Amino acid sequence: MFKQKNYFVLGAVVFVAIVLLSLPANATARLKRVAGSWFLPLFGLASAAQQLPADLADSVLPRRELLQQVDQLRRENQQLTSQAVQAAAIARENDQLRTLFGWQKTVPWRLRLAQVIARDPANWWRTVQIDKGTRDGVRENLPVLTSTGSLIGRVSSVSYTKSQVVLLGDANVGGPSCRVSATVENTARDMGVIIAGDPLDHARVTLTYLASSANLKPGQSVVTSGLGGIFPAGIPIGQIVDSRPVEYGLYTEARVKLNANLGSLEQVWVLFPDK
Amino acid sequence: MNIFPPILILAAAFLAVFGEATFTLPRQLLGAQVDLLPGLMVYAALYAELPAVALLAVLGGLWFDTFSANPLGLTILPLFAVGFPIYLRRDLLLRDAPFAQLVLGAVASALAPALALLLLLSSRQQPLLGWGTLWQWAVMTIGGGLAAPGLFWLLGRCDRAFGYPLRQETSFRPDREIQRGRNKL
Repeated sequence: MFKQKNYFVLGAVVFVAIVLLSLPANATARLKRVAGSWFLPLFGLASAAQQLPADLADSVLPRRELLQQVDQLRRENQQLTSQAVQAAAIARENDQLRTLFGWQKTVPWRLRLAQVIARDPANWWRTVQIDKGTRDGVRENLPVLTSTGSLIGRVSSVSYTKSQVVLLGDANVGGPSCRVSATVENTARDMGVIIAGDPLDHARVTLTYLASSANLKPGQSVVTSGLGGIFPAGIPIGQIVDSRPVEYGLYTEARVKLNANLGSLEQVWVLFPDK
Repeated sequence: MNIFPPILILAAAFLAVFGEATFTLPRQLLGAQVDLLPGLMVYAALYAELPAVALLAVLGGLWFDTFSANPLGLTILPLFAVGFPIYLRRDLLLRDAPFAQLVLGAVASALAPALALLLLLSSRQQPLLGWGTLWQWAVMTIGGGLAAPGLFWLLGRCDRAFGYPLRQETSFRPDREIQRGRNKL
């Protein structure tokens, strides 16, 4: 049963696996980029196939409907322009007040749209891949939001054309994880940390290390606290579902229903700090 | 040596990994993604040579880990651990019976992720585990088992379509030939 050739092949496979597993992190990341680049033609084909029905639908849309859409977009554009002018005035006023009080200026952020192109095939991680990489200015630890502005995760690794985003609820200690310092929007502004969720439930995560005296009510909003240096303060995360004391009342843990559905992400926004 | 079967198996693994990463319907419907690599490994172990089994484990594992947050190379050992014993005992297995394919596919689909998780936990990683993981494991086992006969059928068809054709056995047997004429008696 065990011929010499069998021993040789078994040894070779074990050797390759051990060598790969013991490579340093940067070499592993480079190898992953190389192996991932083999799939680029397939991604191109898949995106072309997805685009085709939309292109066909666009080409047969009647002129009247197009004109209506143009009119509607023009009106929305005017409204947004006036809102942008107001926002700029408020930002200027905010800056002036911060200067008066001697507070540190907040760094403005800009958004960049990205397409989710792949999900983690392993069921025990929560990561997705987006079609923006270093060529688009993406770098590690940039926050990623949904189209409605809710937090979904952070960029964990970047290649030239795509990036890996680790989603909320993935709390791996030995690898990329997304632990977020969060604040509950109540009178006490209770703070905690978003950690792992349930493997099956992509809509809920756990907010832990809240004060034992935290006064939490279902429906209270949870936003980023700004601590930790990765996520700016005030990004919506979700709402409190329920809470319970843990470790004999040492601290409180709450379940949070995320604003974003992590199971069906298609387009996301990457948040860039403005230079 | 016929190099078509290994190429076919590797191409199928490449497409399977891409499909698992981009086709999210099973995950949305059942809460778990079905892994086709263990089923492919069973096919390779039953029909291909050992180097092809090893190549599938190494390249399939690499491709899988490329899309995943797994440490690179983690999936290689579980895949090979599934394929190697089947290869050694393949003469005893009824590889053409769909039920055998289903059972082997299910066992492989149950073992491979369990071994991968074991490796992850022993390397101080903290994967997302809970009671829901049992459901995901069941989905992967049943899904992998059901997919295996389909994979066998598809790869068998491709192998017959593009590989060397099977030699047709003739019904002529020299020992049963009726010799005519008096001189031959």
